[in-house]
Amino acid sequence: MAYDYESRIRPGKLPHIWCPGCGHGIVMKGLIRAMDSMNLKKENTCIVSGIGCASRLPGYMDCCTLHTAHGRAAAFATGVKMARPEMDVILVGGDGDGTAIGGNHFIHACRRNINMTYIVMNNFIYGMTGGQFSPTTPHMHKASTTPYGNPDPSFDIANLAIGAGATFVARGTAFHATQIDKLIAEAIAHKGFSVVEIIDDCPTTYGRRNKFKSVTDMMKRLKDIAVPVKAAEKMTAEQLEGKILTGVLHKVEKPEYTEEYAKVIERAGGSK
Amino acid sequence: MSKKVAFLQGNEAAAHGAIYAGCKFFGGYPITPSTEVAEVMSVELPKIGGKFIQMEDEIAAIATLLGASLAGMKPLTSTSGPGLSLMQELIGYGCIAEIPCVIFNVMRGGPSTGMPTGPSQSDVMCARWGTHGDHATIALMPASVQECYDMTVQAFNLAETYRMPVHVLPDEIIAHMRERIEFREPGELEVVDRAAPTVPPSEYKPYDTSFGDVPPLAAFGSGYKFHVTGLNKLPDGFPTTKAEYVQAEEERQIRKVMANADKIIDVEEYQLDDAEVCVIAYGSTSRSARYAVNAAREQGVKAGMLRLKTFWPFADKHVKALADKVKGFIVPEMNLGMCSIEVERCAQGKAPILTIQRVDGEPITPEQILEKIKEVK
Repeated sequence: MAYDYESRIRPGKLPHIWCPGCGHGIVMKGLIRAMDSMNLKKENTCIVSGIGCASRLPGYMDCCTLHTAHGRAAAFATGVKMARPEMDVILVGGDGDGTAIGGNHFIHACRRNINMTYIVMNNFIYGMTGGQFSPTTPHMHKASTTPYGNPDPSFDIANLAIGAGATFVARGTAFHATQIDKLIAEAIAHKGFSVVEIIDDCPTTYGRRNKFKSVTDMMKRLKDIAVPVKAAEKMTAEQLEGKILTGVLHKVEKPEYTEEYAKVIERAGGSK
Repeated sequence: MSKKVAFLQGNEAAAHGAIYAGCKFFGGYPITPSTEVAEVMSVELPKIGGKFIQMEDEIAAIATLLGASLAGMKPLTSTSGPGLSLMQELIGYGCIAEIPCVIFNVMRGGPSTGMPTGPSQSDVMCARWGTHGDHATIALMPASVQECYDMTVQAFNLAETYRMPVHVLPDEIIAHMRERIEFREPGELEVVDRAAPTVPPSEYKPYDTSFGDVPPLAAFGSGYKFHVTGLNKLPDGFPTTKAEYVQAEEERQIRKVMANADKIIDVEEYQLDDAEVCVIAYGSTSRSARYAVNAAREQGVKAGMLRLKTFWPFADKHVKALADKVKGFIVPEMNLGMCSIEVERCAQGKAPILTIQRVDGEPITPEQILEKIKEVK
């Protein structure tokens, strides 16, 4: 029997806006499977996004959804989570939204270790505005605003999250669809700020400018460059050149923010 | 039982007013000359189980207000000019998505870093027009420490009543001076909570105008699930570009305030009955103006004052009526003509307008205003 995705999709809200070949739908299905596997209650789940292609995801999901302003998802979500720590708060967005205009909010959400899960769909480009380079566009790659090759160095989102203090960081790809729900479920189950970076594809505005002949080409590349963290342990630096590590990259236990604030309330005498 | 009395700063009083109003959330970023509001909130909120958070910047601060408000809490932030500039993006979000919150903005010199410790009244237009797009604005102008308390309560009531961000705009003098203040007894001031939905979750739409120009707002996490966006939206909260919806929604969001302008607008008419010269003042400047009006009367000049307790919506009707009656207006303000341009608009040339405009970080003195009063022929 086919998986029942529709039970968590808002009636009448499909079709989505994503282009044929875009991986965002694969991520959304992974998120739905993860939410199902954890029995997340719709009324008790809040999905928060910023602006961009990936940030349109909440509108399709049948739960509390908040489509905020560009880059501000983590800050809005922090307000929701502080007000209702009992809610499951999940953030979704793209690389430009999360690490350029929203970069400051992103690193501080990591630092606070507030119990939310941030799914970053990293397709290396600003898709919605037509393909401008983002903080993750590789050096010398082409975008509509880097016609001579990108002069900028790029962010590694997972490492950025680890460096900023996120206590759970995982990476998957849009090709490895069946892994996505497991990574997201583990991230949601983790107490603290968790980041799941999904390396995604944008055939429309990134692929065609960067010598990918087809969506299949882009997907094949995701398959080829992904190396599970366990397998990487046995590989040499040379063998790992040009590869990306996938799986759970970082997992530590640290005090969680809303619990720390509950202690503040207790110390102030406000918990009675 | 005697009332609790204290000797407080305007900033401290505002924080206590917020608590009285039922505020349970504060998100902020330190900035002179408003920081004491945050400091008091960080002490008081956890005592009542409320939440205080210091964010990475003012954009994040107001974002937390909007998130917390959607989750059912009454939220406050405090800031000053540069912070207000940063907040403009999400003040617009609060307007279009119709989310109650209160912004206590202490006015210091500007533009930019300006004069962080000097008083000013130059954010009144920033509060009105700072965010892009058409929108209504409500802004209250305390002129005493007691009013910092009372008007913060009133600001919450207005934010909750009209489902929108509301400004309180003290100048630095009002925010930092100390005066005797009475804490209000429970029930002494009205405390308004946003209208809750009367329909079950399955029928709820966050912008259902069949309930009037201010539709009830449910809270995330209370059993209701709905969508909120900064895009133009349909009654169910989902985006639309349909011309008829967009036009009607934009107009409603302004109408919900302007149709109630007479209820919202609050002025003090001081010695105006027989006045031939009318001083229009607000904030600390109105204190100098009151002194000047008294002094003028002692010297036989029939002066009076229209004190603006709300700056937005502007007191058009009051100024228009006075323009038919007085020989002249005096508009003293700590900016280069932000109120006087509104007075000009309302007076329509029927009475001359003399201005006193200081942006040098010094208050406007009673003597300056008295001299101007005497210039009116």
